[in-house]
Amino acid sequence: MLSGSLLFKQFREKEVGTITLYLQYIVNGLTLGAIYSLIALGYTMVYGILKFINFAHGDILMVGAFIGLIIYNALTGGEAADPGAWTILAFFISMLASMGFCAILGMAIERIAYKPLRNANRLAPLLSAIGVSFILSNGAAWIFGTQSRRFPYPFENEPIHIGAITITPHQIVIIVVSVVMMVLLTSFVSKTRMGKAMRAASLDQSTSMLMGINVNRVISLTFAIGSALAAVGGILAAFDFRVYPSMGTMTGLKAFVAAVIGGIGNIQGAMIGGILLGILEAVGAPLLHIPNGMRDTVAFAVLILVLLVKPEGILGKNEREKV
Amino acid sequence: MRILETQHLTREFGGVIAVNDVDFHVEKGLVTGLIGPNGAGKTTLFNQITGVDKPTSGKIIFDGNDITGLPAWKISRMGIARTFQNIRLYKELTVVENVMMGLHFKVGENPFKGRFIQALKSYVFASRENREVYGKAMEWLRFFELDEHAQDFAGSLPYGKQRELEIARALAADPKLLFLDEPAAGMNPAETAHLMAVVDKIRSLGVTVVLIEHDMKLVMNICDNITVLNFGMKIAEGTPNDIKHDKLVIEAYLGREEEE
Repeated sequence: MLSGSLLFKQFREKEVGTITLYLQYIVNGLTLGAIYSLIALGYTMVYGILKFINFAHGDILMVGAFIGLIIYNALTGGEAADPGAWTILAFFISMLASMGFCAILGMAIERIAYKPLRNANRLAPLLSAIGVSFILSNGAAWIFGTQSRRFPYPFENEPIHIGAITITPHQIVIIVVSVVMMVLLTSFVSKTRMGKAMRAASLDQSTSMLMGINVNRVISLTFAIGSALAAVGGILAAFDFRVYPSMGTMTGLKAFVAAVIGGIGNIQGAMIGGILLGILEAVGAPLLHIPNGMRDTVAFAVLILVLLVKPEGILGKNEREKV
Repeated sequence: MRILETQHLTREFGGVIAVNDVDFHVEKGLVTGLIGPNGAGKTTLFNQITGVDKPTSGKIIFDGNDITGLPAWKISRMGIARTFQNIRLYKELTVVENVMMGLHFKVGENPFKGRFIQALKSYVFASRENREVYGKAMEWLRFFELDEHAQDFAGSLPYGKQRELEIARALAADPKLLFLDEPAAGMNPAETAHLMAVVDKIRSLGVTVVLIEHDMKLVMNICDNITVLNFGMKIAEGTPNDIKHDKLVIEAYLGREEEE
């Protein structure tokens, strides 16, 4: 249901042959996968440092989409606005603002709901995360109502035809924004001292502490970055899936699957896992004649396969239990 | 001049007093040995000073500042580095990368502070900065004669070399005071001899060293001052010669070894 509209929107069966048809699916899968990747990064970065799955992450993308939508509507007047330079600028302003909001929200959640449980039983923070997830989605339903809203396109969304393949400007925006975010993140982690502190903390927290790295600060930063990326993912997803309080549940779950496929804890893995899952989902469903309502099963079937064949994921390391 | 001083430092673990009212001090630029039988409280004292654990009572003064109860990362940032009995390297990183970590997180430089422009500069010139850091890391490896292993994974080095790498990484962060917790434990005589040379070199760099060690030959040869703990209490301090002839020490420590 989530990806259905995206996949079949531009597809005109009579005009294209099977090969171009599947090329079209791959293009559609790329845009879907780019969104999964952005969201998967938050799961994987948090897991890398805390060995903990932040199940509230999916709901942060929902909050990000709502905040983005509200700011965008406030700036442009919403649906009524004619697409133009101002709406495009407003779109990026609202995205940045939403990133900032979600970064602070992510840090606050960590401080309030996870940090006090850091030395508790491993199950405790997990339950706390599920609780936060409910608070966020129900809080959004209470504040914004349960009806879904459309995120207006800030530009003319006339499809562009390249040969037999059709791509819409909003798909290009999704891919470009995602790639920019991933490049920025990669160079941040590999180049800056803060990024190195993050890597060091994910390798060994106690050693890093003795090297003068403030691990608490690193953890806050990790939540901030992950949540900001989720906000971007939420806004981009909103073009295709609309905005509603439970929008984060399935998208978040699939992004989590993507993180596991790529090797949880590995940043490049999350990017690859997300793109791969998007393409597999977009290509696999029509290939296997899976009906639209059952489309989500593809992601989870892939998850089961990966767990059976390579449980550590594509780029994951085979982790031995430390005694 | 005293670079470090503890005053009435006490650490209780539910009724067991691991460190009992200890006044320990370290002279700047010298090598101080901390010895005592197993369970005397040496590592506990190290842990209090480096912030791994917090004292029950008492004070720790480092370089004129009260550092009692500060978190480990802050103390490390102020200039106290340490190694552990069980080696704590980033085993998945290469030898040179481990030393680079030490250089990236130098004493006094907080990666989270600093003006925006500086942060931007370090981002833009990251590759140049990385090359410089790499070069410095290689210098440290040559200093420790580990340069031929630079590209090996830290976890794959032989035991003695892992210990030296840990010391190299600690030194790369430019500390004022270096704590070595049983650096010669598990080393063969050749490795121990090499370690002694290393500690001598460290002293020549002007870094103050405190070491816990059971190898008496090493301690007596290398230390300028020795403090002896027994059952959590300080029973003696002085030059190696003083300690050799101290009655209490012979009874408590050397005497016990003779019985074995």
